[in-house]
Amino acid sequence: MKVHEYQAKDLLKVAGVAVPEGIVCGTPEEAAEAYDKLGGGLIVVKAQVHAGGRGKGIAIGPDDDRGEALEIASGLKPRKEGMAKGVQLVRSKEDAKRAASELLGKTLVTYQTGADGQMIKKVLVTVGHDIARELYLGLAVDRGLQCPVLMATTEGGVDIEIVAHDTPEKIHREPIDVGAGLLDFQARKVCHALGLAGPAARNGEKFLKAFVKFFLDSDASLAEINPLIVTDKGEVLALDAKLNFDDNAMFRHKDIAALIDVDEEDPNELRAGKSGLSYVSLDGDIACLVNGAGLAMSTMDLIKYHGGEPANFLDVGGGAQKDQVLEAFRILLADPNVKAVLVNIFGGIMKCDTIASALLAAYDEIDFKVPLVVRLEGTNVDLGKKLLDESGRKIITAIGLTDAAKKVVAAAKGAA
Amino acid sequence: MSILVDKDTRLICQGITGKAGAFHSEQCRDYGTNLVGGVTPGKGGTTALGVPVFDTCEEAVKATGANATMIFVPPPFAADSILEAADAGIALIVAITEGIPVLDMARAVAYLKAHHPSVRLIGPNCPGVITPGQCKIGIMPGYIHKPGRVGVVSRSGTLTYEAVWQLTNLGIGQSTCVGIGGDPVNGTSFVDALNMFENDPDTDAVLMMGEIGGNAEEQAAELKKSGKFTKPMAAFIAGQTAPPGKRMGHAGAIISGGSGKAEDKIAALEGAGIRVAKSPADMGVSLQAALKA
Repeated sequence: MKVHEYQAKDLLKVAGVAVPEGIVCGTPEEAAEAYDKLGGGLIVVKAQVHAGGRGKGIAIGPDDDRGEALEIASGLKPRKEGMAKGVQLVRSKEDAKRAASELLGKTLVTYQTGADGQMIKKVLVTVGHDIARELYLGLAVDRGLQCPVLMATTEGGVDIEIVAHDTPEKIHREPIDVGAGLLDFQARKVCHALGLAGPAARNGEKFLKAFVKFFLDSDASLAEINPLIVTDKGEVLALDAKLNFDDNAMFRHKDIAALIDVDEEDPNELRAGKSGLSYVSLDGDIACLVNGAGLAMSTMDLIKYHGGEPANFLDVGGGAQKDQVLEAFRILLADPNVKAVLVNIFGGIMKCDTIASALLAAYDEIDFKVPLVVRLEGTNVDLGKKLLDESGRKIITAIGLTDAAKKVVAAAKGAA
Repeated sequence: MSILVDKDTRLICQGITGKAGAFHSEQCRDYGTNLVGGVTPGKGGTTALGVPVFDTCEEAVKATGANATMIFVPPPFAADSILEAADAGIALIVAITEGIPVLDMARAVAYLKAHHPSVRLIGPNCPGVITPGQCKIGIMPGYIHKPGRVGVVSRSGTLTYEAVWQLTNLGIGQSTCVGIGGDPVNGTSFVDALNMFENDPDTDAVLMMGEIGGNAEEQAAELKKSGKFTKPMAAFIAGQTAPPGKRMGHAGAIISGGSGKAEDKIAALEGAGIRVAKSPADMGVSLQAALKA
């Protein structure tokens, strides 16, 4: 689960991690007021969406060219006069109001959002600091080491993936003992690696210890401070903050779970989650409904291998009960690009004739306008296939994975 | 022989009184597994499926001599159940539960390494382990398997059934099939499983099903390349069409920061001389070809 920057900073602040003062605003008037409350001077107005690249991102209205905005936000084209960036520096109350009005209600397109962009509902108005240095901090579970690893580099403000790829030696990695947290000597080590000295080192150590403790206490899955800034006075502050949390642990963090912004989520993915389905939408035209995540991924691969394009990933779980299949069909068919549907079920403990009955019951409650190909395997496969073949419904049955893929690819092309 | 489980395995189920725990314990027993008891705190002294239920693992082990456990405890309590089993002296822990918080697993794995280094944890979020004809611990359908000499190891459930079914239909039996699970932090890696298969005189070859996310497949390729795994091997990698940054069902199936891509895994495996099936329909025949090569 992702949260907005302003939510991340609120959580971090409570946990004792230093962040710049800021006020989240929903209207230009609030932004103007916030400018004064924060003491004026250099103030930053930042669009709040769940995506990186906001500084280079472009806020556009409904009539603007989204494709062009994406090219600009990706650095492929120069920014045009009058186009509002997602992060703006202002020096007056009026400017703060103008900046907020350029962002609120608009769509922010960044290289991460794609051309669709994200609606800006809130801006964070925050104190601007004189930045002496920009650093980077990241914290995530390392699968090989099986523990969280704190990553720190002096290459702040840039894309960390580029640093990791081009100059991995510049990233200092510190494994975290999940029981002990960040030990004092580790905090000193990391600060030393970042070249922090004097008051900045002391502030840095305090920052790191609070940051790691927050990660462990809140079941974060990813925490990134980019940039972590050092001011002339030796303050160490999170100028930006990105936090993701472990969905499986949100049962014990109701306060964090409540921060979800459903407008930032794919509505079909949310809907699927409520029914215990796992769904990811893709760009192709062949929808698939499969039991089990590994088989579902393999089915997408299979469609591609036979010349088709999968429209989604969908795992109905091990059982494939009628209600879940029905909801899954509804979600799949809500995608206007879908030209054919492939059901691929390995009936393990559940018998294929039981699954066939569930499929038929679900089929009858749906107005199927595209071809449906069904491949069942496992116990009573012949009985299941017979049920489908003799049902009188327009269902194409297949034997084996290859047959299923060929039939559904042909069906999608026929319907095109 | 086989790895991990055989006819001498004495199994308890933690969570035997829950719906899934009861159903699958019965399925395992019907397959021929020696189910000797169950554990549900607060239900000690009762029976389930004709076997005694205990409040603690410690009691269960003392009374039944259990040497393996199958965990169906709900996610918030599952990591603790793993540690309770290890503390009770159970050598093999198979955690079926899906949805355990990652940091709970990181804590559990660190605790096992420090205090119970000889305990073998399989999973979590896995279908379990089966030695066909001898012992099934988990949720896989027993009948698709056939006793034989090919080891199977996978991060997935139904994809493994698919692969096993292909092998069985080709007349190729299995020594042991291990589901290591789809979570980012787990007890047994591909490398661990391959090392066990290497040392098993009754395993001639291994079929491995990997997927996007992490680098466990690359490590397996490295093991093969280094000559420490000497048996014929075939593999399949799921998620060649998965978009980056999206979790594909399994908590661990995600391409992040440009790493964990299927194409890199396939290249690493092929670079180690491992035959990789291009289509999931060809997992069985790829292993067959590897055996003949």
